[in-house]
This record gives sequence, C-alpha cells and structure tokens, in this order.
Amino acid sequence: MHSKYETVIGLETHAQLLTESKMFCSCSTKFGSKPNTNICPVCTGQPGVLPVINKKAIELAIKTAIALNCRIEKMSVFARKHYFYPDLPKDFQVSQYELPLATGGFVEIEVEGKKQKIGITRIHLEEDAGKLVHKGAARIMGAGESLVDYNRTGVPLMEIVTEPDIRSPLEAKVFMETLQHLLQFIGVCDAKMEEGSLRCDANLSLRPAGETKLGTKTEVKNMNSFRAVLKALEAEEKRHAEVLNEGGKILQETRFFDDINETTIGMRSKEFAHDYRYFPEPDLVPVEPDHQWIETIKNTLGELPEAKSERFFNEYSLAAGINKILISDKLKADFFERTVKHFNKPEMIANWIIGDIAAYLNENKKSINEISLTPEKLSEILKLIDNGTITGKIAKNILLEVLGTGKTVQDIIKEQGLTQISDEGELVKIVGDVIKNNPKQVDEFKSGKDTVIMFLVGQVMKASKGRAKPDKAQELLRKALG
Amino acid sequence: MTEELFGKTAHELSSLLKKREISSVEIVESVYSRIGAVEDKIKAFVSISREQALEAARKADAKLKSGENTDPLCGIPVAIKDNMCTKGVTTTCSSKILANYLPPYDATVVAKLKELGAPSTGKTNLDEFAMGSSTENSGFHTTRNPWNIETVPGGSSGGSAAAVASGESIAALGSDTGGSIRQPASFCGVVGLKPTYGRVSRYGLVAFASSLDQIGPITKDVTDAALLMNAIAGYDAKDSTSVNAPVPDYRNVLVGNAKRFRIGIISDLMGKGIDEEVKIAVRDAAKQLEKLGAIVEEVSLPTLEYAVPAYYIIAPAEASSNLARYDGVKFGRRSKDAPDLITMYYNTRREGFGSEVKRRIMIGTYALSAGYYDAYYLKALKVRTLIKQDFEKAFTRFDVLISPTAPSPAFRIGEKVSDPIAMYLSDIATIPVNLAGLPAISLPCGFSHGLPIGLQMIGEAFSEEKLLQLAYTYEQNTDWHKRKPELKGG
Repeated sequence: MHSKYETVIGLETHAQLLTESKMFCSCSTKFGSKPNTNICPVCTGQPGVLPVINKKAIELAIKTAIALNCRIEKMSVFARKHYFYPDLPKDFQVSQYELPLATGGFVEIEVEGKKQKIGITRIHLEEDAGKLVHKGAARIMGAGESLVDYNRTGVPLMEIVTEPDIRSPLEAKVFMETLQHLLQFIGVCDAKMEEGSLRCDANLSLRPAGETKLGTKTEVKNMNSFRAVLKALEAEEKRHAEVLNEGGKILQETRFFDDINETTIGMRSKEFAHDYRYFPEPDLVPVEPDHQWIETIKNTLGELPEAKSERFFNEYSLAAGINKILISDKLKADFFERTVKHFNKPEMIANWIIGDIAAYLNENKKSINEISLTPEKLSEILKLIDNGTITGKIAKNILLEVLGTGKTVQDIIKEQGLTQISDEGELVKIVGDVIKNNPKQVDEFKSGKDTVIMFLVGQVMKASKGRAKPDKAQELLRKALG
Repeated sequence: MTEELFGKTAHELSSLLKKREISSVEIVESVYSRIGAVEDKIKAFVSISREQALEAARKADAKLKSGENTDPLCGIPVAIKDNMCTKGVTTTCSSKILANYLPPYDATVVAKLKELGAPSTGKTNLDEFAMGSSTENSGFHTTRNPWNIETVPGGSSGGSAAAVASGESIAALGSDTGGSIRQPASFCGVVGLKPTYGRVSRYGLVAFASSLDQIGPITKDVTDAALLMNAIAGYDAKDSTSVNAPVPDYRNVLVGNAKRFRIGIISDLMGKGIDEEVKIAVRDAAKQLEKLGAIVEEVSLPTLEYAVPAYYIIAPAEASSNLARYDGVKFGRRSKDAPDLITMYYNTRREGFGSEVKRRIMIGTYALSAGYYDAYYLKALKVRTLIKQDFEKAFTRFDVLISPTAPSPAFRIGEKVSDPIAMYLSDIATIPVNLAGLPAISLPCGFSHGLPIGLQMIGEAFSEEKLLQLAYTYEQNTDWHKRKPELKGG
C-alpha cells in the first residue's frame, strides 16, 4: 500500500473449545438451545457457588499449544477480571492473566507464495459471557427492555494472542484462515467466524518505513468473517495513513467495524477505560499439567497439516491443489489414506473424494465419517471402473446409491443391472438407433467434421444409460459410419 | 422432661434417642419452646423453619425406629448460619440485598446434615455478609449475648453462638473468616472450631473472602464439636480448594490425655491491648494443662503484629470481587424505577448494602486498583506468607499454640460501632489463624464480671484431632462449660 508507512498488526483471537460441558460447571455447551436452558447455579453466579475446572478444556488448549509450537507453562493461574455488565453473572470473568497456559509459539503462513512465521505471544483459557437481546435500541443504553440468555455463559474460550508480526491486512486474513484450518484439523474448535466460534480483534498501527518504534495503535473489533478482517483492517490502515499524512495524531482507542459501510467507527474511549482489577481467582488452584499428561496429549495430536501435506506430496505425488483441498479436512485425508490401502490409485481416489463425495457432504452438511460410504466400498467401486466393469457415470450412480441407501455395491449392481454392456449385439443395436435418430450430426461427420463423433458417443452413452464402454461405442460408430 | 431437652448436648440427646427414651420430635419441640420463651430477648434467628424441622424430625424418628445404623446426629436439631445456602429456604446473609433470596440448591454441609437426619431449625443472624464482630452490622437486627443482653454475642456468627448458649439450639454451624466462629463462641461461653482451610467444603457458603472462609461447628462442648466435624468434614469435588485427605473419626481422639503435649503460649497475644482478667484466665488454663501433663512454654510470633492490617487488605479485596454479583440483575433486591442500567446498579447497591459492607467493598476495590495492587494487595500477600512461616516455625517446637480467643469478654452493644479500628482489633488473636489456613478451637476458660472468657488453641494444618484431644482433656478437668446463662439484664 502506502510505501511511506509500514503497517503493524497483532491479533487477539478467541476460539470456542469443543467441550461437552462448560469451563467451570457441567452444563451443556450445546449451541441453539432455548434461552436459559443450559444453566445452573454455578454459571449463573448464584451466591455460594464455586467453579471447578473442566479438564477437557485444559487438554484442548494444551493440544493447541503443541500445534502452535508454544511452551506449556508448568504453572498457570486463573484470575478474575472485573467489570459490571448484565451478561456477566458474577460481574467478573474468570480468565488467565499474568500466568497463561502457554507462551512463545508461532504459526507459519503463506502469502503470495512467501512463507513466514507469525509469533504467538500466549494462549490462555477463559469463560465466555452470556448474550443480551435489546428491545428498542441497538445497545443496552436506550433500550426499553433487555433480555439475557446465560446459555453461552461459561462456555470455554481459548484466547490466542499473536506478536505484532503481521504486516498487512491480507496477512491478517491469511493468518486467520491458517489458524481456522489448524484448529479444525486438530479438532479443538469448529472455528466458524460467522457463527462466532472463532473471533478476532486486531491492534493496528502504522510507522514510517524503516522505523523500529511502534506507532500509536487502535483496536479494531467486530470482524465477523475473513472478509471483514481484510476489509476492516484495510479501512483502518487507510484511515491511519490519512491522519498521519495530514500531520494528525492517532488517538489510542477501540473502533468498531461497520460491515455495511466498510469503515471503522470510534467508540467513546471512556466506555472502555476499564480498570479490571485483576487478582488470582481464590476459588481455584493453579493449573499444573504434568509431563506425562502433556506427552499423552502430544501422542493424540498426530500429524499436523504442514507435515501431512509434505508427506502426501512425497508418498502419493498428489498435485499441490488436490493435496491442499484434501488435507483441509483431517477426516477426508484419513479416509483417503485408508482407501489407498485397498486400492493403490491415489490421484483417482483423491479426485473422487474432493469431487462427488465432497459435493454430497456439502449438500447434506455431513462429514465423511458420518456417511454410509466406507473406504472399502469406495475402493470397490473404483476398482470396477479401473477394470472396465462399469463406466465412470455408473460409478457415480452407484456411489450416490451407496450414500443414500447404505446398500452394498454388489447388491446395487445386481439390482439395477449396471454392469457394462458386454454383449456386442446389444451395443450394435443402440449404435444403429443413434445413427438413425441423429441424421444432421451424421451428415456433419461424413462431411469431415470428426469431432462430432464425441456427440454421437454421448448419445450412445445416454441411450445405454451409461452402461456402454465409451471407446467401444466409438469404435462401433466409426465402423457403422465408415 | 421435654422441658429440659433443649439444655442438653447433642451426644447426651443422641444416647437418649438410641435408647428410645425420647424422640427427635420431642427435642425439636423442646428447642422451639425455648425459642418461643427467649428469642424475643436474644434475637438469634433470621428465620425459623418449624414445619420443615418437624418433618425432618419425624423422618429421623422413623429412621431411628427402623433400627438402621444411624449417625449420632440423626434427629439432633442444628441451626444454620444464614450465609449457607438452603434450598427453598431464604438465605439472606443478614443483608437487605438478599432479604428474599431463595437458593436453588443446598450447600454441601447442609446437604450432609440433611442426609444423616439432623433437622435444621432455622437460620441464624450474622453481621451482614459475615463482616463484623458483634452482629451489629446485621441488616435486620442485633443479636444479644445470653450472658448479658446488653452486650454483643460477638460475630459474625453471633446468632449461632447465642442460639447454642441460650438453648435455642442444640448445636449450630458457623463460618469463620477472621474469627467469626471462635470470637462469638468465646463471648457466649460455648465451643467453636474453625477447621483447617480445605477441610470442610465451602460450596454453598456465600463467599465473603474465599481464601479465608471456612465452615465449622459451634457447640455446647468439645464432644459435640467432634460429632459435627465427623458430619461436615471431607473432600468435595464441587470445591476445588477442599483437600482430598482422609477424614478421621474425631470421636476417637476424645481420650482426656494431655501428656507429652508441647504447648506454646503466644506471648505476642498476652501483652498490650489484652484485658488483665483474660490474661489471668489464659495463664490459669496453661497451668491446668501443665498439671495434666503438658509442657508449656512461651513463644513469640513477631509477624502477628501485621496480621490485622494484612487481613483488612486481603479480605476486603476478595469481598469486593465476591460481592460484585449483587447487582440487581439476576437475583436479590433490585432498585425500582431506575432510568438506566448504571443508575439501577448504583441504587441497588446503595439501598441494599449496609455501611460496613460498603466500607469493605471500597477498601477492597481500592486495594485491587491499577497502581495500588502491588503496594497493598501483593504486600499483604507477602505478610500472609511471613505469618504462615512464623507459625510453621513455632510448630517445629510445639504441638499446639494457645492464646486468648479475644482481647476481652463481650463488649456492650454500641460500644465500638463508631470506631471500626477498635472493632477490627477484637479479632487480633483469631485473624492470624485464617491467614495461615490453620485449625483453631475456642473453649470457655473463665469468667469476668459474669461474662465468659475463651481460650484459643491453634494447631498445624489438619491437626484437628490434636486440638480436640487437648480441648477435651481441658474441658473434662474444668467446669466452665457447665455454667449456663440466666438470661439476665435488658
């Protein structure tokens, strides 16, 4: 952008952890329940209640810390962060402050072909707040009535803070995409920005190119998609440059991204001038994960995307594009490898998985381990194509039938008589019909337009309901027209 | 006979119940008849739950009748300090802000007592949110000391102590953050035990200062304290600070033997600011213990001098946080007709909290503020560590440390209300124990002008057995605990 300035961005991301229960009580974390049904005395902050740490949340955060190359601290401490707001039942949030769970890692991102490391300052755990609904105004001030739903209160959140290593809005967007992929891949968070299970705030500042001191930063909030991250930071970057170019000063403040107008709007800084009065949560004991536990978690982590990508490239010679799509979903990548064990045609298998199978999964909002297709069944179908028993088109029909009904491949073939036509007489008859019904194309072919033959082959395929073998059909057509 | 049941101890009543000479219903009736006769004078209770108690007593009687193995407390009515949650029964903390609060759950200790069949007779008065040493900070009324109703019963568990002393309850639960079990026990001439931090679950105890609060028994004698400890001690998965260590049967240690006990009298708590008659009573108690075979020496814990100031940073800091939730949004009192949220917060808390609670919220908020945290809160934590180390050092030489429980016997109502520092200093001997997380017991060791004097015994963490053994031995060889107030004055 403006070559005069260097942009410096740091991100604070919040990821909802995929635990069954909340951070400090046994209430369900299920999304979309009726308001105030997943609540109990603990998460509504009734007098006398005490928190108990959800061990699973610690486990998932440790898993993330390992994946993000962080150091897991021998001792981390929960603290209370105080502010009054109706969505916060205790009027303090339990979060980690001075002593976080993990520190000092990095994430590698690739922007326009260039790889770079973005430092991770810290990873810590905290509890989410509830949700307010206002009537008569957008915010609580001025609303005639405000309702609160405490279902989300106490849902475990993991905060991941980056170093100010990001140098452009695009890098910030790519970082978020990379992080999303990683969190989904290791199964700690479903990481959907639009649904709020992955959120981010950004600190942005500009400084003259070559300067090492940081400029005054602003914090940008309310970015609810990857696109919003890009647009918000582009707008804020532009605004900073304009202010600086006019000789003005940047006011350190929090700004909200207006998605519709693609601008950032300053909040009255007073509204955020909080003194949170942090102090160690006296109702909890420090988190001290033992070495053995960390090792066990490390072992369940398995191969990370970067390593897997490299291995897939070496072992299966998959093209980079296919490789990337395939490993973007750990379950698909696992399915792929299990199928390859039965039938060693990696590229063919990969194409089916990221093609027709992925389309079915998207349409039915399912993951590959939730369907009736197994690696065994897929390899069975693909083998039949490979040895010429069925056509690709029929294979697709069989696949859909397996997905829809869960029947075995053999049963479907038997029921529908789907094997390729091996009786040449039957095929000759179909070829004859096609020639008779398409006089115009036959004439074109005869006058030397050879490519028309493919249209006629297509007609044979259609008439045979895909059971004809295309090269055999072409051979017979040429013979009949020759 | 029914008339006098209220005057007996839990263990006496328990053996009568087991022999089927009396019923739990008779005990409960007797207790309520006593309440009917003297509660107007004493005002120990915030609420009475007669019907529920009788129902629980009938169930206990059925259980006793069935011959199944019952706990000694089965059928013994117990009063509960009104800062422990009781499902469906108001739990007010003697605060206007929670005047109508109905908890949706039982505190762990309450559930345990219910489970073993001890009827809960009512909820006892306290200084609002347990902040005080006299019950004068109650948002409702001041409880009177049964020994002289012009004096305070101590606090904050003054309601529980007065109820036990006056016969309005056989036994009671209190909570102790800086002396709130022991000091009222001392003032009312009964036994009060503050267990080791983590020995009894705090789940359901409305928090004042989480790192200091502990629930314990207030009883007529040491044996009853052991019975109640058996009932309430133990690990609770719902309280992360409760300790997962086996609970002994505390009755086994009631053997009346002080031989080879090494006892240290804390000289720092026997000097300036302590009443002469109190000192004499404690020295006499020490001599008595020596006669019973103990070795008594003086010991100094020089950091105790800083305990009260450190406490009045740490406890208010935690309180300011714990009491934030009383904001009018979810439960408890909400100020009416506020034009906006912030005004609603202000008005609710202004109307709902009393002045001592407000004072502590302000002190605590200040101590935790940016720029002051290191100077106050962190410094206080360092003092706390030093006090802990002082005790640890002393326990390399001694089994038990003794001191007065309070610098004086009960003071007059109104005497200290306008001087908070003087009020705070009445906990000078008890506060260090909470800061160090140790167990301590107060038991009667004399009288001054008709008012009881309390002896405090302090032990190492999880040494409740030693404390109970020594206290029992002393009690068996003295008569102080047998004296009853005549409910004079007023």
